[in-house]
Amino acid sequence: MEHPLNIFSFLPSEIIEKYLHVLMTFVVILISLVIGLIVSRKNKMVPDKTQNAIEVAVNGVYDMCMDIMGKDGKPYFPLVFAIGLYVLFSNVLGLVPGFSSPTANLNTTLAPALIVFVTYNFIGIKKHGAGYIKHFMGPILWLSPLMIVIEVIGHISRPVSLSVRLFGNIFGKEVLLMVLFMLVPFLVPLPIYFLGIFVAVLQTYVFMMLTMIYISGALEEAH
Amino acid sequence: MSKVLRILINVALIMGAFSASAFAADGGASSAEWAIYLGAGLGIGIAAHGTGIGQGNATAKAVEGISRNPGASGKIITPMIIGLAMIESLAIYALVVSLILLFVV
Repeated sequence: MEHPLNIFSFLPSEIIEKYLHVLMTFVVILISLVIGLIVSRKNKMVPDKTQNAIEVAVNGVYDMCMDIMGKDGKPYFPLVFAIGLYVLFSNVLGLVPGFSSPTANLNTTLAPALIVFVTYNFIGIKKHGAGYIKHFMGPILWLSPLMIVIEVIGHISRPVSLSVRLFGNIFGKEVLLMVLFMLVPFLVPLPIYFLGIFVAVLQTYVFMMLTMIYISGALEEAH
Repeated sequence: MSKVLRILINVALIMGAFSASAFAADGGASSAEWAIYLGAGLGIGIAAHGTGIGQGNATAKAVEGISRNPGASGKIITPMIIGLAMIESLAIYALVVSLILLFVV
């Protein structure tokens, strides 16, 4: 799937074909750093417009965290917010002409999914020690060999489903846009852009929500 | 139906079943491309079938819950959106398989 005219067209075409998602990720990192620099300047007690907007976002995600993970989940809130920021800006960047979504590539979406997988298992082992295996064993003791196999398969399907869900949504939107541009370039692709905005925000929300649910599942006591 | 009509329909079905091998007989390089396109199209079609039914059920129950208790509409809509995204992801898996079939195979 070629991306003909984008902001990095001055680079040779071998680099563009293979590494476009990495270059676009640099743009996303740049945007996140700029927002961080804006926020970390001197904050007033009575917030002005930009500080107000960012406080709304942070408070919203913090309330979601407290709802789902409880008080134990407070150290993991920066991870959730960072993943949300990264996925949101990556998704929305594809709607700007001249750029393309880095999350339209399976490598980009696999990275946060694997990080979430390793993190919630690490949290479970850190909190429960060797008793973390009880999360996999199920309620009845003599059924536990079967239950361990089923639970391990379910747990391995979690990073797969996280990455493929995000990749499929954004890549499908891009394929649809390309097909419509080939067929009727005049006004017909415009509703797909509205769909793209909705899907970008929704998939970010779902990714953050699933991260918090997995972490809360690792933090809670086993039955 | 009459006996002649039944015989004709059976002949047509058997001829159709055997014509698939006739396509494989010509063109050694692209021997089964029709199967790729057929699989890609049918895969996403059947997936859309199931996800339409599932999301319709989810939205129907959510709207019924809102109608019973209009004040709780915020608390109902949030799990409904999450549920719709979960159900949609099953169709997205089928879409990814179709895209792999079309562009990689």
